[in-house]
Formats: sequence, structure tokens, C-alpha cells
Amino acid sequence: MVVAVSQLDLARLQFAATSIYHFLFVPVTIGLAFLVAILQTVWHRRGDDEYLRLTRFFGTLLLINVAVGVVTGLVQEFQFGMAWSSYSRFVGDVFGAPLAIEGLAAFFLESTFLGLWLFGWGRLPKAVHLATIWLVALGTVLSAAFIMAANSWMQRPVGYRINPATGRAQLTSIWAVLTNSMFLWAYGHVLLAALVTGAGLMLAVSAWHLLRRSDPHVFRKTTRVALIVLVPAALLAMLVGSELGVVGEKYQPMKIAAGEALWNTARPASFTLFQIGGFTAGDPTPTFAIKAPHGLSFLATNSWNGKVQGMNQINAQYQQKYGPGDYRPNVFVAFWSIRVMAYLAGLVFLLALWGVWLLRRQKIETSTWFLRLAVWAVVIPFIMNTAGWALTENGRQPWIVQGLQLTRNGVSPSVSATTIAISLVVFVLLYGAMAVIDAVLMIRFARRPIAPTPPLDEHDVPVPAMTY
Amino acid sequence: MSLPILWFVLLAVLWCGFLFLEGFDFGVGMLHGFVGHSDDERRVAINAIGPVWDGNEVWLIVAGAGMFAAFPEWYATMFSGFYLALVAVLVALIIRGVSFEFRTQRESAGWRRTWDAALTLGSLLVPLLVGCALGNLLRGVPIDSSHEYTGSFFTLLNPYSLFVGLTVVLLCLAHGAAFLALKTRGVVQARAEGMGRWLAPLAALAVIAFTAWTLAIAGHAARAPVPVLAVLAILAAAWFIRSHRDGWAFLATAVAMLATVATIFVFLYPRVMVSSTNAAFNLTVHNASSSSYTLKVMTVVTAIFLPLVLIYQGWTFYVFRKRIDVGDVRQQPGSATAGTGGAGTAGGAGGPGGTGGAGGPGGAGGPGGTGPAGAPAGR
Ligand code: HDD
Ligand code: HEM
Ligand code: HEM
Repeated sequence: MVVAVSQLDLARLQFAATSIYHFLFVPVTIGLAFLVAILQTVWHRRGDDEYLRLTRFFGTLLLINVAVGVVTGLVQEFQFGMAWSSYSRFVGDVFGAPLAIEGLAAFFLESTFLGLWLFGWGRLPKAVHLATIWLVALGTVLSAAFIMAANSWMQRPVGYRINPATGRAQLTSIWAVLTNSMFLWAYGHVLLAALVTGAGLMLAVSAWHLLRRSDPHVFRKTTRVALIVLVPAALLAMLVGSELGVVGEKYQPMKIAAGEALWNTARPASFTLFQIGGFTAGDPTPTFAIKAPHGLSFLATNSWNGKVQGMNQINAQYQQKYGPGDYRPNVFVAFWSIRVMAYLAGLVFLLALWGVWLLRRQKIETSTWFLRLAVWAVVIPFIMNTAGWALTENGRQPWIVQGLQLTRNGVSPSVSATTIAISLVVFVLLYGAMAVIDAVLMIRFARRPIAPTPPLDEHDVPVPAMTY
Repeated sequence: MSLPILWFVLLAVLWCGFLFLEGFDFGVGMLHGFVGHSDDERRVAINAIGPVWDGNEVWLIVAGAGMFAAFPEWYATMFSGFYLALVAVLVALIIRGVSFEFRTQRESAGWRRTWDAALTLGSLLVPLLVGCALGNLLRGVPIDSSHEYTGSFFTLLNPYSLFVGLTVVLLCLAHGAAFLALKTRGVVQARAEGMGRWLAPLAALAVIAFTAWTLAIAGHAARAPVPVLAVLAILAAAWFIRSHRDGWAFLATAVAMLATVATIFVFLYPRVMVSSTNAAFNLTVHNASSSSYTLKVMTVVTAIFLPLVLIYQGWTFYVFRKRIDVGDVRQQPGSATAGTGGAGTAGGAGGPGGTGGAGGPGGAGGPGGTGPAGAPAGR
């Protein structure tokens, strides 16, 4: 059977595949860099050598992860020009700036100081060495800031004008781009999501060792650190996420309406917990649904009886404004991505609360059930992250830049479907191989007994060691 | 100087910086299997660039993103036009980038050989293809009136551009050999010097031919001093390597690399991409640039951050100025980040005495190490 796949479909598939893959590693880097910095700080202040061992143990996990995070980021940086050249021409004036600033302000910081941290054990004075890991953490947070500013501009363009001579977007205020309310909330949400991911990973690794009773006195410490970070991060991610919905309702009402499979405007609007069917314009009524009255009004507008617009009404408005067409995204993806994210968030939060309760009663090391669950829960944040991006990006369709350019007008005219198919296959194979290797290496390393305290010199600093 | 011209210069600086810094990493990557016969010796070579290669690679990222921000037309035309070549660059960068971290994670010989091969191949392909791409900017590729590339992948593989790629590869090899001669001790250093002895003259021949060929296709005899500087520098490098002046040799290969890459940009100006279809379709500094507001923002940001980057990257080179040898890497076999080589760590060899006796970490660099290693910092 021959299926005609367009150049556009392939380009979209490639972008989605490579960014989802990149974003498996990104939150681990952001989250773990911060957590490792905390571990090292505790060692620095208390001089407790077990924290030094933990710093080096989780530091190695961070490094294995960063290796893949960095190389997949390179693909991201290039592929706007490669597969989306019309988009790049159209938005380069606005969109290129945050990307370039990210490189200058964040990537240099991150990579240079990661090298210094990795090779600096015993070469740098203790306090300076501690500063290097904090600068790495700062780099990750900065890089997320600029890339999120760029992405949020695509969701809600601000600070630009359309140049009448060229028909292209032109930056008028970088300040507006960096204070875009969409950006501020999405950025907060992403950072919290990264903390949840990093803490979830630390918790899982620690729980695995506690289950095997290998070095329990050491891994009890990281269990605590992870839980202390996880509880507030998960709670705040939920709160910020629901506020993100309110901001979204303001600027991208179609995304929120699709997220609720709300075909027609309602006041008050109920929140659907679960439904079967009702996801296409041809079949707008679910065969089965569980609804919470007023729920959506509250979530999307912060008021009990707020009006929430439906897709059909918004579509009609857009047709008037932008010309004929269907401006509704894939409803099934939107509906379930937000639910997967929100439900799993609740689950993670409950798990974390349970852990804290066990911790307070000094029972965590013997609660086999909790520990087993915590090990398996490591996959949850990755699912939530992917769902979150599916919601963000799918919900914007058919626009590549909301209201300004359609995705189908963004692809490179000079690149054929065959060419994109080649690169897609190459990336999928390569990424697949890397995923397997990286996962095996991380799991192998995470299961290894933690190394003993490294030899210290007369100043209690670990002796220098070559690293590769 | 108008803002688009300033940004053209800045982008040239970024590309030069990338090939100057990552250039010796590529050279070391290609040479590590030749200067190192045992795993420990190869690790000496790899660890010589260990702390810096990732930071050096960011120069490429910033060069790409800088093009996007300052010359969106250039970024869009070049990156979509050179699509498959860039896929190859990305694949090479990916396998090379992960090889550093992956190879340390297991001690089996087969595993390490695999990643050594990835490192070698990746380090060869990237400069070859990047050089080839730069050559094509100047030689010209088919571009139509709406700035779309109309050639194919094979259009890019023309003799001049391939030769530019080859020249860049040879320069990377000479540069990498000079770097290893400067940064290592013992047998690795001796072999690196030995290879530098014939790599540098070979690179010199290539640079001379490159200069002649570039003048032939691009004219502009008044701009010849730049490639001539490259020729003089690489000849000087060959001489310094023979006389064991490692610091000077490295400085000379650095200048040769900088001047060679700069040649492309100097001969390009005021064009950024030449259209072989019709000169009227050339992308130029003026018709490809962003608005002046964006360029102003970018200029302010660069004025703040670029000096900072130079300071802390320079400081990194200073911190790791010491020469290393097999004794250093034997200290902790395998990945020592977390002392993964459990047995080795526990063993007495891991103790401070191991290296302390052999000259001590601090002093070993000596004058040879300190002076010239400071060169990148001052750039
Ligand atoms: C919210 C965070 C976030 C998001 C949405 C993205 N990235 Fe990313 N990126 C990071 C956060 C990050 C990071 C945490 O800073 C990484 C991960 C691993 C690393 O070392 O840095 C990184 C690495 C990374 C690198 C390598 C940097 C280096 O060598 O140090 C590049 C070139 C990019 N990214 C580019 C992109 C582009 C063009 C994206 C958009 C499509 C993108 N990233 C999405
Ligand atoms: C913050 C930086 C990001 C930017 C600038 C960005 C930009 C884009 C662009 C240009 C497309 C074009 C293709 C299309 O619309 O189909 C796209 C689509 C897409 N991106 Fe993002 N993206 C970013 C981050 C991410 C991340 C981190 C993920 C996933 C984890 C992601 C998931 C997707 C998906 C799934 C699509 C396809 C949507 C569809 O076609 O239905 N994006 N994005
Ligand atoms: C710990 C749990 C959570 C994680 C890890 C997570 C992760 C993510 C990620 C990675 C994104 C895409 C990036 C962005 O736009 O910021 C996202 C988007 C989003 N999240 Fe979450 N999320 C979590 C919980 C929640 C909850 C509980 C809600 C609300 C009920 C929520 C609402 C949203 C919304 C509305 C968006 C889309 C933003 C837009 O309009 O583009 N999130 N989430």
C-alpha cells in the first residue's frame, strides 16, 4: 500500500520526534543540576563525606544525561533553518534574538562550567568548585528562559510589527517578548516540571538502593532531599499549570476549548473527567462522559460561572478574521494530553506526601511497597512532560505562530519530501540507538554500589582525577 | 560601521572562533588513535581536551543562532539549501559528542574501540563538511530570485569546496598535533610532535593552494594579505614544531586556522552567499539582515556577554594549563567522576602519592605549559 505522505507531514513528524526526544533529557539536566548543587553545598557546609559520595554519584548520572541532551539540542538549533526556512525568514527578526541570546548567555556558561566542575575536583579551591556547579545550574535555568520566551512568542506574539514592505515580523520590543505573560507562566511551569523530573529520578534511584539495602544510610539522605523538593514542586506545578490554563484561555481560547472537547460555548462550563467519543466535528457528542459541574469555568476563568467559548464559535470568528479554513486542532490529543498531565500530577503529589509521612515516622526504609512504587514512578514525569508539550504544540495548530503564520506555510520550499524522509529515518535510527545506550548506561550506573569516599588531600579536597 | 556590517564581522569572528577552538579538538579526535597505542595513552589525548571541548562547540551553536538572529535570510537559505550536508554534520557531531561520555562508562576493549572510531570519524567529518560549506558560500551555489536554493546535494560537492574542506581538515590535524605536543608529556607528546612534523608542512601546501585557488575564483587581490598571513603562519608552525617550541607552534597553527577561515569571509564581503545563477540574486550583508532594532539589541547583548565568555573560557584554559601524561590517567582507571572503577580507586595507586611524587600537579606545567596556554585566553 502506498500512502502519500506530504513534505509538510514529514517535517512536522521530524520536528515533533526530535523535540520530544530532546525534552526527555532537558528536564533531567535542569532538575539534577540543581539537586547535585544542593548535595555539594551540604557537603561543603557540613563536611559530611557521604554527601560528597552522593554528589559524585548523581553528578555522573547528570553527565551521562547531558551528553545526549547537548547533542540533541544541536539538531534543534539547526532544524529551523533546514526544514522550516519560510518560518525562519518570516520570524527570524524576532525569534532568532532569544535563541542567540540563549547561546551567548546560557550555553557557554553551562558547558564551560560543566567542564570545570567535572575536571576541577581538587584543582580548584573547594568554594570555587562549588560555585562551578551552581553556575551550571544557572546556565540550565537561563537557557530554559530564552527558549521558552521564543516558544511563548509563537503561542502569543507580542512586541513585533509586520513590516509592510516585506510582510515579515519585525521585533519592536525585546522587553515585551521577555515579559510576555504567557512566557512567565509557561516558564515557571517548565522549571517546576524539571524539578519534579529530577527529584523523581533521584527518589527512584535512592529507593532502588534502599530496597536492596545497599548503603541505606547514604541513600536515605537523597530520599529525603528528593522528597523535600518533590512535594512543593509538584504542588506548585499543579497550581501554576492551572493558571497557565487561564492565561491560555485568554490568548489561545481554541487550545483550551479543544482541551475540554468543548464544541459549543457554555456558561457555566463543566469539567469532563473522562469521556468516550466526542472528539471530532462529525461526532461532537460523547457516548459516555463523567462531568464535574462548573469545573471548567473555574479552571479556565477562575470564576464559578465564567463563560468558556466553544470551538465552533471560535472557528467562526477565525474564519471571519483570517479567511476560510478549519482552525481547530486535534481534539483527542488536546483532551487527553491535559488529562494525562493533570491526573499524573495528582498521583505524583500523593506519592510524595506518602513518602514524607513515612519519612517522619522513620519507616521509609522498610516500606517495600512505597519503595517499589517510587522506583516505577520514575517514568511518570517523562510522560507528563511529553503530554504537556503535546498540549502546547498541538493546541496551537494549524498555526505555527498563532494568528500570523500557518504551519503549512512555514516549511522549506526547497527541501523535498524525500530529503526530509531521509533525515527523519537517520534521526530516528540514531536517536533510537542513543536512547537504548543511554538508558542502559544510566540504569547500570544507577544500580552500581556507590563508590567509597574518594581519597582526600590535606585540605579535605578530593585529589584530581582524569575523567574520560 | 553600520550594524549589518558589524554583525557580518561578528559572525566571521564566531566561525573563526569555532574552528580555532574546536579545530584542535577535532585534530585531537582524529589523532588520538595514532598518538595513543594503549587505552591509557588514548585517554591522555582525550583528557587533554576533556575540560574544554564542550564549551568550544558552543561557538558553533552561537554562530548558527547568530546567523538566525542577524541574517535570517542567510540562515534560512544556507541551512535549507545545504540540508543533507548538515544532516551529516549533525550525525557526526552527535556520535562524536556522546563518544566522550559513553566510552568511559565501560572498560571492555571492544566498547572503547567502537567509541574511539566514532570520535575519529566524527572529528574528521565535521571540519570536512563545514569547510566544504564555507567554500560553497564563496564559490556560489544556485539560488533563485526568492533566495531559494535550487541545486541538489551533489551540487555542493564541487572541487573547490571539497578542497576547502580538505584544507580545514589538514589544519585541524596540524593544530591538534601542536595542541597535544603542548599539553601532554611522555610518549604521547613525542608522537604528537612526530606527527606534527609532517602534518604542518602538508597543511602548508594545502593553504598555499587554497590561497591561489581562492584568488583565482574570487579576485580581490587587495585582500590577499589575509590568506598570505595564513600561509606564513602555517610555515612558521612547521618550523616551530621542528625546533620543539610547542607553545609557539600552537600559536602559529591557531593563527593559520583563524586567517584561513577569515579568508572566506573577507573575500565574501559584502556578499554573504553567492548565487551562481545570477549575481543579482546574491544574498548580501544588506538584503539578508535583520532590522536595525534587532541588531541593536543583539549588539548590546553581545557587548555584555562575549567578553564574559572570553574571560571564563580563558580562565578554564588557565586552570587546566598543566601538561598531563599516562600517570595522571592511571590514577583512577575508568570514569573517575564518581570513582566508578571501584577497585582502582580503592587500590593504593589511587592515593595522592601516585602523582604527587612525579612532579606534582601544580608545577608540572612549567614554563612550556603556562605561557602559550595563555594564548587562547588573550585572544
Ligand atoms: C525548557 C527547556 C528547554 C527547551 C524547551 C529546549 N531546550 Fe535545548 N537545552 C536545554 C533546555 C531546553 C538545556 C537544559 O539547557 C540543555 C539540555 C542538556 C544541556 O546540556 O542543556 C539543552 C541543550 C541544548 C543545546 C546544546 C547546548 C550545549 O552545547 O550546551 C542546544 C543547541 C539547544 N538545546 C537548542 C534548543 C532549541 C533550538 C530548542 C527549541 C526547539 C530547545 N533547545 C528546546
Ligand atoms: C521551546 C522551544 C520550542 C520551539 C521554538 C518549538 C517550535 C515548534 C515548531 C517550529 C514546530 C513546527 C512544526 C509544527 O508546528 O508541526 C513545532 C511543533 C511541535 N513541537 Fe514544538 N517547539 C519547542 C519545544 C517543543 C518541545 C520541548 C516539545 C516536546 C517535548 C515540542 C513538541 C512539538 C510537537 C509534538 C510538535 C508537532 C505538533 C503538531 O504538528 O501537531 N516542542 N514546535
Ligand atoms: C507535575 C506535574 C506537571 C508537569 C511535569 C507538567 C509539564 C508540562 C510541560 C512540560 C508543559 C509544556 C511547556 C509549557 O507550556 O509550559 C506543560 C504545559 C501545560 N500544563 Fe502542565 N505539567 C504538570 C501539571 C499540570 C497541571 C496539574 C495542570 C493543570 C491542570 C497543567 C496545565 C498545563 C497547561 C494548561 C499547559 C499548556 C500551556 C499552553 O497553553 O501552551 N500542568 N505542562
